[in-house]
Amino acid sequence: MLIGLILFPLIFSLMIFILPKNLTKYATIFYSVFSLSWMGMVVKNISSWTNPFFTENYVFSSNLPSSLLLVLDGISLIPILLTQLLIALILWMLLANQKEDKSTYSLIALMHFGLNGVFLCADALGFYIFWEVTLIPIYFICAIWGEGKRMPITLKFFLYTFIGSLCMLVSFLYLYQIQPEGGNFSIANIFNVDMSATARFLVALGIFIGLAVKIPIFGFHNWQADTYTSAPFYGSMLLAGIMLKMGLYGMYRWLSPVFAGPLCCDLQWYIIILCIIGVVYGAIIAITQTDLKRILAFSSFSHVGLIAAGIMTFSHSGWQGGLLQMFVHGLNIVGLFYIVNLIEQKYGSRDLNKLGGIATQNKWLAIYGMILVLGTTALPLTNGFPGEFLLLKSMFEYQFLTALFAGTTIIWCAVYMLRLYQKVFFGEESKLVLSGDSSLSSIEHFILIIFVLGVLVLGIFPQLILGLSESTVLNYLTQK
Amino acid sequence: MEKYFYLVILFPLIGFLVNGLLGSKMKGTTPGLIGTVAVFIPFLIALGVFFNYGHESQPILQNYFPWINIFDFQANFSILIDPLSLQMTLIITGIGSLIHLYSIGYMHDDEGFARFFSYLNLFIFSMLLLVLGSNLLILFIGWEGVGLCSYLLIGFWYKNEDYGYAARKAFVMNRIGDLGLIAGIVLLWSYFKTIEFQAMAIHAANVDMSDPVIIIATLCLFIGAIGKSAQIPLYTWLPDAMAGPTPVSALIHAATMVTAGIYLLVRAHFLFDLAPSVLNLVSYVGIATSIFAAIIALRQNDIKKVLAYSTVSQLGLMFVALGVGAYTTAMFHVTTHAFFKALLFLGAGSVIHALHGEQDIRNMGGLKNEIKSTYWVFLIGTLAICGIFPLSGMFSKDEILTVLFEKSKGLWALSLFSSLLTAVYMFRLLFLTFFGTYRDDEHKKSKIHESPMVMMAPLWVLAILSVFGGILNLPHLIGGESYGKMAHFLDPIFSHSKLATEHMDAGLEIGLMALVVGLVVIIGFVLYNIYVKKESLPKPDMSLRGVEALVANKFGVDELYDTVISKPVLGISRFFGQKVESAFDGISGFFFVAGFKSIGNSLRKIQNGNVEFYLILMTGSIVVLMILQFLIKI
Amino acid sequence: MLMQINHIVPIEHIITLSCILFCIGVMGVLLRRNAIIILMCIELMLNAVNILFATFSAYNGNPDGQIFVFFIMVVAAAEVAVGLALLVLIYRNTRSVDVSLLDRLKW
Repeated sequence: MLIGLILFPLIFSLMIFILPKNLTKYATIFYSVFSLSWMGMVVKNISSWTNPFFTENYVFSSNLPSSLLLVLDGISLIPILLTQLLIALILWMLLANQKEDKSTYSLIALMHFGLNGVFLCADALGFYIFWEVTLIPIYFICAIWGEGKRMPITLKFFLYTFIGSLCMLVSFLYLYQIQPEGGNFSIANIFNVDMSATARFLVALGIFIGLAVKIPIFGFHNWQADTYTSAPFYGSMLLAGIMLKMGLYGMYRWLSPVFAGPLCCDLQWYIIILCIIGVVYGAIIAITQTDLKRILAFSSFSHVGLIAAGIMTFSHSGWQGGLLQMFVHGLNIVGLFYIVNLIEQKYGSRDLNKLGGIATQNKWLAIYGMILVLGTTALPLTNGFPGEFLLLKSMFEYQFLTALFAGTTIIWCAVYMLRLYQKVFFGEESKLVLSGDSSLSSIEHFILIIFVLGVLVLGIFPQLILGLSESTVLNYLTQK
Repeated sequence: MEKYFYLVILFPLIGFLVNGLLGSKMKGTTPGLIGTVAVFIPFLIALGVFFNYGHESQPILQNYFPWINIFDFQANFSILIDPLSLQMTLIITGIGSLIHLYSIGYMHDDEGFARFFSYLNLFIFSMLLLVLGSNLLILFIGWEGVGLCSYLLIGFWYKNEDYGYAARKAFVMNRIGDLGLIAGIVLLWSYFKTIEFQAMAIHAANVDMSDPVIIIATLCLFIGAIGKSAQIPLYTWLPDAMAGPTPVSALIHAATMVTAGIYLLVRAHFLFDLAPSVLNLVSYVGIATSIFAAIIALRQNDIKKVLAYSTVSQLGLMFVALGVGAYTTAMFHVTTHAFFKALLFLGAGSVIHALHGEQDIRNMGGLKNEIKSTYWVFLIGTLAICGIFPLSGMFSKDEILTVLFEKSKGLWALSLFSSLLTAVYMFRLLFLTFFGTYRDDEHKKSKIHESPMVMMAPLWVLAILSVFGGILNLPHLIGGESYGKMAHFLDPIFSHSKLATEHMDAGLEIGLMALVVGLVVIIGFVLYNIYVKKESLPKPDMSLRGVEALVANKFGVDELYDTVISKPVLGISRFFGQKVESAFDGISGFFFVAGFKSIGNSLRKIQNGNVEFYLILMTGSIVVLMILQFLIKI
Repeated sequence: MLMQINHIVPIEHIITLSCILFCIGVMGVLLRRNAIIILMCIELMLNAVNILFATFSAYNGNPDGQIFVFFIMVVAAAEVAVGLALLVLIYRNTRSVDVSLLDRLKW
């Protein structure tokens, strides 16, 4: 069952090279539909909502301390769903763009393989390997199809994440090594060890650095804006939509168990402070940026900071809100990147100062854009609100004044998002906009409508997502 | 009837969807009719429920579905029908449908006709959620929803950058208040473990006076109210909000949305009763805003700006009433204010319509002969807001003053001053607009025309309401046996309130009433003398000096905010975006680029390409390794 | 099973011989520039090792070492063939067999 989620992307990514070129399109459509329906089948087969829903263990060799242990529970279900959905949407966008390059599809499928592995694998070594696998396709995507100074920027991104994940690997190896004879890397065993408070702190720090680079958290974020800006649109989508969820997911699965025992210093508090600085810092920077992609990058930076802070409070509403917001943020940021891409395609620029008045030219694009912008600004009855509210709630219950500081994000977000909207869609039409192509093809409509429906439906029924993880989160937190 | 109450919320939503999705394909005034009907039907339903609703009826709680339902937080999508929400629903849908009708005439040749009505319907939907929500989170949906509609409608003519700026300003300032509201909701949840109004009210009965959590929570709610109801220091968005079409100013920025803050305080009165210090703050902020805005209104020359500041001032007065615990009185003033302020705004809209977009009162004058009907309704509105007997404004204002006289003489004096200022700027507006002679060129004069029937009918309805609105809550003195109908109706809500008011001495009450009316009449005559007899005009802005210039410039608060908040934030943003980010670049560059580069530079000399050298290096390293191993073994 | 040989030459002597030969080989490889000489010195090193193998094999009565010697001789022959072929190519390109001319293997 679960192994299918990992195997099919891998098979597809290899097979697409053998297929003749004119079949690429159909194969991709088949693949996206197939992976979605496979996911649907997995969800349909969930018989009891007590966790874990499914566990599968594939042992390669009894001598190895590690095996392919796949676990699906409420916490992994949400990012897994998000991954299937977004990968399918991104593939469709590429098809709509008439991109015929086989290797792009192959790399995205490889990415899909790695992401599914990261979210499913409950074995520390396996997790680490999948974690690094995702780095390969995104490196090539950014390095080959990027723009601007793509090589140094991609190298910076690569070095940041790679050095971060090495820190994480060291922590895992240490955890493995201090186990009594017969230990292994499975999540159940690896955290079941006695450590001094100092060792615990260092282990937590190592894992945190690995995750923090990916999320990114303030201080580890320098690669982000540049990479998002120079990557091709699907690269930015993969990075912002799914890859940073890997870091957040890691906080649930791999970081929080370390905090079960005492630490020699209050790392939890320091992490929260860093997250919150990031929330405000990113939002404030976003106010004066002029490149649409950079605004989205800093907006994303600001939003995930809040999610990470909420998770670090280890409270029920923080965790539930975090999971919901992970899903929602993935959907919204990818939708916005798509709109930016359409704007760039049709009008030839994504500079705020060169755009304007698109609402007059392209009414539907403006409507879709407005709904997605509102979703991002967390207006009630759009999907951004319930998650953000729960996160803020967890923060307020943790520390009132810090939360007030973090809560200013709803003000900043309104400032930069509405500025963006105003400059792009409102006002008089600029020269570029007047000369641009102002139609939307039916497939573009179709993709955008999916995003818009996501914004509205999840805004009115957030319980659809919250319900999936409720029992798992409850179990997890009561066990601790 | 109550069973179908969900239709009240649903109809505007359907209207919004129909107009928003299909409106551009419809012809003529169809979108306007759809929009109006979508608000009028809910009005009829609400009216039916209202007549069924006796004094003994229990509040009706209708639960639709769980919205957020997790282990440590639950909020249902549910509505609460009780006298308070019913009264607000009637105001919103009643005045709302009148303004919709008016807009059909006002907006008839605008290209965004359908869009306008879809926004208006969305607004009505949000506002109804706000007042009907049975818990704070549903209220918050409406709260932000009306903020959104306000944003959309202020920036309705989106090609104009300035309007867009005003719209964003309104949204952002509201958001500041919203943050307070969210904080309050969370605090109340962690204190009561519920955010349902009814449940909280029951729990609140067992809470000590001045409990610190309650004080902070009510303070947070009040910050929310400040943002939405445009009080000091978050009032500057409301005058700018006049960039929107005039019906919007009437509906959103005068009659309904801006009273949401008052509604919130009234709804959560059982909490505010527990926090007397916050209530004091409420009345201080209210009175300060009231006088401050009234003073600014004295020197404004834009017909809508005067009315906007007047709204801010009146809202302040309502907050004063709330601050002394006179909740019914505040609600009464909300109602009458909705009547006459909507009337005034729509009247102003009719004037602007007649003059083809002219808004500066210095270019008006003598209009009472040109547009008679508008003049009459505007006159009624002015008299009502100034508090001339027996128009509605007089009763509600008098009630506030009477209560204040009892509670605190200082507040009473200041409120009296504020309401006299009201009379000054309103009469000034009336005289400059309608009396004297027309001051713009003759060519334009010939084009002046009275508004069509579809606009005048709502105006007359509102005029009638403004005249007779006082009947809703007559003082005992005048009404005799049928006094205080509204107080009676709202009574079940406030029966727990520890600050309920009693009646005062009849002689004193008459005296106060007569004093106010007398002073207003005197002011009226003095101003008539100045502006009509002597025909003195407001000086041009440039020639103003000293205090006058300061007032005309709105005390420079906008500029102050600009220098103290906007500019520093932008500066910090650039500083972060350029300096700090490049510092990060520098640090990472130092490690990743410079560090690796220098190591590489020194190490690459080894790689000189000479095979012999490689061989020597290889052999040497083997020897070194062997020696090392030898040493380590031992 | 081989017979135990009566040891006339002490094993230290043979080891010393082998070491001296090996060092001569190493020095030759490191110090000479003529590629042919270098190749020969490599052979010398291999043969030094061969002597050691054969000796220990004989002294321990275990034939494994001698089997290795045959292996090494075969590999060495192959290596010489390849090495000389390379040398011929180098000579054709540079008109010389001086290895110090081969310095293009750099960054």
